[in-house]
Amino acid sequence: MAVPTELRALADRVAPVALARDRGLPVVEALQPLVPDAVLTRGSVVGVTGGLGATSLALALAVGASRAGSWTVVVGLPELGLAAAAEMGVVLDRLALVALPPHDPATWAPVLAALVGAVDMVVVDGRLRLRVGEIRRLAARARERGSVLVPVVPGPDGARSPRRPTVGEWTTDLTLSATDARWEGLADGHGYLRRRRVTVVAEGRGRAARARRADLWLPTAGGGVAPAAPASAVAAAAVPGGRGERDTDDVLEAAVARTERFLRSVPAGAQVS
Amino acid sequence: MTAVRTLVLWCPHWPVVAAGAAPTEPAVVVRANRVVAATPAARAEGVGAGQRRREAQGRCPAVVVHEHDEARDVRAFAAVAAALERYTPRIELSRAGTAAFPTRGPSRYFGGDTALAAAVWATVDDVMEEWGWAGTAGVGVADGPFPAALAAQAAASGMEVVEPGGSPSFLAPLPVGTLDRPDLADVLVRLGLRTLGAFGALDAADVVARFGADGRTAHRLARGLDERPPATSPPPRHLAVAADLDPPAERVDVAAFVAKGLADELHARLDADGLSCRRVVVTVETEQGEVHERVWRHEGALGPGAVADRVRWQLDGWLNGPTARRPTGGVVRLVISPDEVTAATGRQLGFWGGESAATERARRGLARVQGLLGPDAVTVPEPRGGRGPADQVGRVPAAAVDVGEPRSAPAGAAAPWPGRVPAPAPAVVPAAPAPVEVRDVEGRVVTVDGRGAMSAPPADIVLAGRDVGAVQAWAGPWPAEERWWDPEARRRRARLQLQLTDGRAVLVFVEGGRWWLEAVYD
Repeated sequence: MAVPTELRALADRVAPVALARDRGLPVVEALQPLVPDAVLTRGSVVGVTGGLGATSLALALAVGASRAGSWTVVVGLPELGLAAAAEMGVVLDRLALVALPPHDPATWAPVLAALVGAVDMVVVDGRLRLRVGEIRRLAARARERGSVLVPVVPGPDGARSPRRPTVGEWTTDLTLSATDARWEGLADGHGYLRRRRVTVVAEGRGRAARARRADLWLPTAGGGVAPAAPASAVAAAAVPGGRGERDTDDVLEAAVARTERFLRSVPAGAQVS
Repeated sequence: MTAVRTLVLWCPHWPVVAAGAAPTEPAVVVRANRVVAATPAARAEGVGAGQRRREAQGRCPAVVVHEHDEARDVRAFAAVAAALERYTPRIELSRAGTAAFPTRGPSRYFGGDTALAAAVWATVDDVMEEWGWAGTAGVGVADGPFPAALAAQAAASGMEVVEPGGSPSFLAPLPVGTLDRPDLADVLVRLGLRTLGAFGALDAADVVARFGADGRTAHRLARGLDERPPATSPPPRHLAVAADLDPPAERVDVAAFVAKGLADELHARLDADGLSCRRVVVTVETEQGEVHERVWRHEGALGPGAVADRVRWQLDGWLNGPTARRPTGGVVRLVISPDEVTAATGRQLGFWGGESAATERARRGLARVQGLLGPDAVTVPEPRGGRGPADQVGRVPAAAVDVGEPRSAPAGAAAPWPGRVPAPAPAVVPAAPAPVEVRDVEGRVVTVDGRGAMSAPPADIVLAGRDVGAVQAWAGPWPAEERWWDPEARRRRARLQLQLTDGRAVLVFVEGGRWWLEAVYD
């Protein structure tokens, strides 16, 4: 008999025995193949980078812990889309955002130090120019207090060297990089950005040394995250702008296009431009 | 098994009294942007507890707003507590504005409950008169603190004595909302049980089966019984924790720091024995031999930090109290002892969220960051509803809300917003839109006319300087005309989703003939 996943998750939470994997922070099911033991080890530094999709990936990473009752604080990413965070599944009641003063870099490290230990998940802009010593001390503090530090470097690839996984200036225990992002749903004048296929590669040290990869919908049609079939299997269907099989999505797109045509036919008042 | 006969003194709107407002002056005390107390003058204008600050100011423009300060409330209440000490040394404080003591001894001495209540009322009224709040306090006497508190509130600027054994009939007609358990009261009202009498008539076993331990406590209260059977044996002596301060503590914060350590130790000792206490007694002794003792309601709910806060308030109140009673030397000894110890049955935390240790830790961490960067540096999301990605979830300063409390979204958040940008939402939303240029194949800027028709399909976009992206796919324009009734805030824009050949996807809009970058789908 299939046990509903929510029920199983609840049973795990109330189980009296704490296994090693329970001492980490949970991650959503779609990301579990990417992290060792399917949890984020407390006290580790998990970097997130990628040419496209790093911000969404960082949000997706926070969802599991956030749903399980942990707090997430985002430091120094003033442009974070909160609607996207809500759709991804981050619990807004347990999310806080800290704006760092751009002209006062001396306060950055103390702020991060105050948050490490106070909240389970500290997402930080990995492009901040922190001193190497400060970064090392923050990582040590996280290890001691059991928080997970998530430096995020959006944009073309945080610097990576083969032997020492890094994101920006941060030496990481695990690095998730989003690659090969492809949007679906938008065509020439109609449709809308519906979902994006992303290949996420995880590399790290120690138990995470073996590189893992997973194909994800990030975001899915509703804004969440879900595993996707490998790209090769659906390559034909995933050609951007291609109108392959006429599935429900195509019907939906057509309906959207019809609505737009209708809207255009409605007379309106003043000129927009 | 009857409850301990108790006298409760209730000073309504205590936070405004402590803030120094006069009853005739419209004033409110706000906490996390919500009104917690208002003067009668403000109430007359329609201001009430729970309103937002702005709403209160809207109803009564002349209102004076004070920030809530629990320490100030308790400090001010010390004068009232000191006046009560004339009747009994053992005064129990749960929160500022409410004091309770068992009446058995004092009643005999002063000639019965009614005489005692009248004397207490007159004494307190003298103190209140100094602040200009004469005739506002209420005094109630009944079996147990719960009915006594309700009697005090019912008395409203007077006194009410419920006969011994008369508590159940006094409570019976009162609404279930007086139990101070909104969730439970909500269910009871929907079950048709509107009064405490109707709720109390239920079988206790049925109540436990349906509402659990907290329901049982509420049920006992509704029947006029004490929350739990009173403990008959004095608490084991070894549970009390004490610290000798050498050199004597001259400053309040030094003593409070020691108190924190003591409270930690007390909790550890109670935990080790599987006990919880109902009250803590804090005793402070100075080098001149002066002793100050205060009983604080605990109910297993006070953490070590909260106990230390109460020690701080107690000392503050003592130092600022009547001159005759002020201490003349430094604090040399601090004792915290538990009172009415019972077996810990565990405090059931809310199954879905609720106050948790994680929230408490996060709150402290965020408060520390606010101290480092200023109160506006920390923001929390607030769902608002809207069409654009930046409108759907707003940011409010953490200082303006109760961090960690589930916040209710405004009514519009869940409403359908015709013309809103469809999910998924963009992950990067700049605080202010950046100017861009959307061009057609011939390099002309694309325009959108009043009917939402575009001059030509977009071919490329100039994001910034040399960053030019070729458009691979696009959709739109999606017109949105918002707040057309408000000339200041009206917005008329048309949005386009663009997918560029390098894989990027952006949301742009045109307003007044100019293109802006609204969001990036990262």
